[in-house]
Amino acid sequence: MSRTPEQIAADRTRYEEHQRKGLEFAPKALPDPSPLPAPELPAASVIHKETIPGGWYWWTELKRGEAIRMALTHGPASVAMVAWNAVDPSERLNLPDTVKVQWTTAIGKGRVIFSDMGRVMFSVIEDSSGAHDGLVGGSTAASNAARYAGEARRNTRDNFVLVAGKLGLTRRDIPSVLTLFAPVRVREDGSFVWRPELTHAGDYVELRAEMDLWVGLSNSPHPLDPNPEYAPNPVSVTRFRAPSPAADDLCRTATAEAVRGFENNAFALALA
Amino acid sequence: MTRTIRTAVQSHRIPAESPWSGLVRKGQTIRIVDSEGQQAVDTIFYRANDFAERYSAQDTMRAQRAAYIGTGTKIISNEGNVMLSVTADTSGRHDTSAGACSCESNAVRFGHETKYLHACRDNFLLEVSKHGMGKRDIVPNINFFMNVPIEPTGEMTIVDGLSKPGDYVEMVAEMDVLCVISNCPQVNNPCNGFNPTPIEVLIWDAE
Repeated sequence: MSRTPEQIAADRTRYEEHQRKGLEFAPKALPDPSPLPAPELPAASVIHKETIPGGWYWWTELKRGEAIRMALTHGPASVAMVAWNAVDPSERLNLPDTVKVQWTTAIGKGRVIFSDMGRVMFSVIEDSSGAHDGLVGGSTAASNAARYAGEARRNTRDNFVLVAGKLGLTRRDIPSVLTLFAPVRVREDGSFVWRPELTHAGDYVELRAEMDLWVGLSNSPHPLDPNPEYAPNPVSVTRFRAPSPAADDLCRTATAEAVRGFENNAFALALA
Repeated sequence: MTRTIRTAVQSHRIPAESPWSGLVRKGQTIRIVDSEGQQAVDTIFYRANDFAERYSAQDTMRAQRAAYIGTGTKIISNEGNVMLSVTADTSGRHDTSAGACSCESNAVRFGHETKYLHACRDNFLLEVSKHGMGKRDIVPNINFFMNVPIEPTGEMTIVDGLSKPGDYVEMVAEMDVLCVISNCPQVNNPCNGFNPTPIEVLIWDAE
């Protein structure tokens, strides 16, 4: 196929318009991080509370409209996360699409998290830091052995092999992981930098499920965490019924890309 | 022995917008040539005798503590093993954060009217199906010759490719691997200069 200069010019103009909106409009529409301390959740909304010990994993079902709060109530920690569509787990968290479609690797309040099928899995309804990592991924047995003295330490890769296994899935099903509370940024030369000043004591994130999900969590130190000690603190996780999104819901309206993602969700639900 | 097209044991011309797959044996060198320049080449590797072990973008980035692929990059599997080493690169940085285009993500990104355009993940699905694999095996890939700078703020956008006609990247296989390529059909962003073109794959035995 060879395309005409006119076609190429028209496509470039259209791309640059999307790019301009993506880079300029969306950040202006997004709010500041959620204030701290995190407010108490209404007791009647709480479905389950879990404390994940340092190094360990946990998973939960999350129905559409429910949400999960992860909070650093016991000190610093990082929480790696994977997720699958509970009905068809071949649909799963897709970080390349999540960051590409939203024109940023900086996931924070007002953003959404996409599956590989152009649908929204989560809305980030609260987030006090915006300091998360979708690039580097989690620790492995080998990365921990290279970092920490002493016996082998629990790691995110093995945790997710276990989560997948207990859901009847295998290592083929483990997607790239999003690590919450991991302040990774990219320097001009492409190297990663850990920026602890982006995080705060008591940081929390709330993710609202936009389809029925299985969510896996691993509380293991991020591989770029500069702490020379293996010292993950327990993390508090609360599964709760989120308030019903209003017509002007931030996550559903903040960007043209999110609007189209939710249109895909609505279509899938209408078919069900 | 210099590597020329005459000494290559395999030579494949991959038409614009098309997939390809082939085996690269341990010790062999694979060269991917961007024949006409500014052509993204979406690529995934699988261990030849165990497809459940496959390229991991995150493990590769973690191991080198940097986001872009270039000479010296060790291409790492989900089991932490080195699959290939990048030994030559005439063009500059290559992406492994932005993944492959799909009908579904195009529709979200560029409007529902762009859904019915051929896309890399359809290429991948067609190609991995020949090897008994499916959608769950299509993992975040390498985008050779695709330029996706990530700003310190997190901003990320696909910009014009850096590759000139004839630029290439070479890798030595550190294990037997199945290489699966989608010669990217995308025309909604500049990864192919809005004009998808053919590429070439050459393979040489160990010297």
